[in-house]
Amino acid sequence: MTRKTIKLDYLARVEGEGAFKVVVRDGTVKSAELRIFEPPRFFEAFLRGRSCLEVPDITARICGICPIAYQMGSVHAIEKILGIKVGGPLRELRRLIYCGEWIESHVLHIYMLHAPDFLGYDSAIHMAKDHGDIVKKGLELKKIGNEIMTILGGREIHPINVRVGGFYRVPARRELAPLADKLKWARDAAIDTVRLVSTFDFPDNQRDYEFVALRHPDEYPLNEGRLVSNKGMDIPIEDYDDTIEEVHVEHSTALHSHIRARGAYFTGPLARYSLNFDRLTPTAQQVAREAGLGETCNNPFKSIVVRAVEVVYACEEALRIVQAYEPPDRPFIDGPMRAGSGCHATEAPRGICYHRYTIDDSGSVTFARIAAPTSQNQPTIEKDLTSFVGDWLDLPDKELQHRCEQAIRNYDPCISCSAHFLRLDVDRGQG
Amino acid sequence: MTSTIVVLGIGNLERGDDGAGRVTARLLRHMLAGRAEVYELDGEATAILAKIEDASAVFMIDASRLQAPPGTVHRIDAAQGPLPQSRSDLSSHGFGVAAAIELGRTLARLPSAVIVYAIEGECFEVGAPLSPAVSTATTIVADRIRCEIEEMDASSPPCTRRRR
Repeated sequence: MTRKTIKLDYLARVEGEGAFKVVVRDGTVKSAELRIFEPPRFFEAFLRGRSCLEVPDITARICGICPIAYQMGSVHAIEKILGIKVGGPLRELRRLIYCGEWIESHVLHIYMLHAPDFLGYDSAIHMAKDHGDIVKKGLELKKIGNEIMTILGGREIHPINVRVGGFYRVPARRELAPLADKLKWARDAAIDTVRLVSTFDFPDNQRDYEFVALRHPDEYPLNEGRLVSNKGMDIPIEDYDDTIEEVHVEHSTALHSHIRARGAYFTGPLARYSLNFDRLTPTAQQVAREAGLGETCNNPFKSIVVRAVEVVYACEEALRIVQAYEPPDRPFIDGPMRAGSGCHATEAPRGICYHRYTIDDSGSVTFARIAAPTSQNQPTIEKDLTSFVGDWLDLPDKELQHRCEQAIRNYDPCISCSAHFLRLDVDRGQG
Repeated sequence: MTSTIVVLGIGNLERGDDGAGRVTARLLRHMLAGRAEVYELDGEATAILAKIEDASAVFMIDASRLQAPPGTVHRIDAAQGPLPQSRSDLSSHGFGVAAAIELGRTLARLPSAVIVYAIEGECFEVGAPLSPAVSTATTIVADRIRCEIEEMDASSPPCTRRRR
């Protein structure tokens, strides 16, 4: 028996390092493995012994693409321990900076990483030769997210202005006001984006997923909500560990997440959208319907459309906050240090980002655990490939490889800060 | 449009020699006060492009693995053509420095002068410090860029620092 191997020399439009292997016997997919590293495991160790007030500055370093997700999860969890409740303008500013991250992250993926798949290009650079105006619009749209992140986060990468209880410094009204006109343009550009990507040709692959996302009584979820699913889960975040387990698998240094006694689940834009369509703004709902999306979507290849709808939402939500903003009396809420444990989950661009901490009575971290969305989605990505590759086996290896990569990119996996190599092995078992 | 020189230090300070570009940028921030805009970036292409598209000249510093001894300094005139292929492997994210330059070239958003200094790295492990040879190279590169920028400014006296 010989093994047929296809390799990519460098990582193509996926954040970080990964290797993928599919084993085919007699025309049937026997297994699919996605192997990645998960830097947050190192960070959990780094955090032990540090003051809980340092945690958001440390967790911001986990990822250059979605630092706010790691800051928001940590500050909310620690505030629960310290009995701090953040409301009013501070809560709104937290939603605003998260909107900035969603815009930045989603637009990067839509225009630079995922659109080339659908338009038949190897990269955004190749796509730009024929579709320069499209790429330029994506670049301009992403800048709005960058600007929000810089104003509120203090700098563009690894923001330093988020703290337990609020912010180190809050902006004056005049600092946020110029964003309003830019966000109006961005909202219109995002609507155009939905219309553009909805015209792409989507493989007809879908599965019966268990979608898991936050759900809030009034809002499309960012920082708060119960953890719900389309298969009956409806729990407070405090029940996360009783409901979801992390398990080690031999082929990955990242832990896989499973719903106990049930299995893989799907977190991220498709899950959020399908569980929270009624919480979108009327405009976002309308453009989603015009794009041909129902109130739920089970085709992961259409995640690019859902991301674009979420950009519309993020622009509108950011605009609402900017227009209504009145600075708070104080930039943060303080509270006495006390020992305890607390957990929280927020909606990172790629899905649920779960944090649990224990601190002692001096405020030092004695335990930390972080479950990143990409590690939660790993088993589902593997099941997608196991399920879908069977339909693609007649494709030449190069096209099969491309289709597999596209299926992985549906999840915008962020395997950040690792090396840069994706290797795909297709073992057809042909003698 | 005013003439703006931009310096970008690119990399990840948490990954050993991958932080070489950003360490160099920190040296240059003090050396170039008022003469250039100095930024540190993680290497994501669109963020790089946003910083350079309105500049008259840009200097980028990044770590490299071009099969040279650690600390070797490569100076690449990227306005003349693409970076060496293996450069594209190095960014912390798949869409990195080489992509930013080529995207800028395709969209006609590349400054007329684009100089990339690549410092050959040795260790890219999480949590590692800069290797000694790479640390030395950051000071050499900072000095060379300072001289290049001074020579671009006709009103400045000739650069007196020895080029290494």
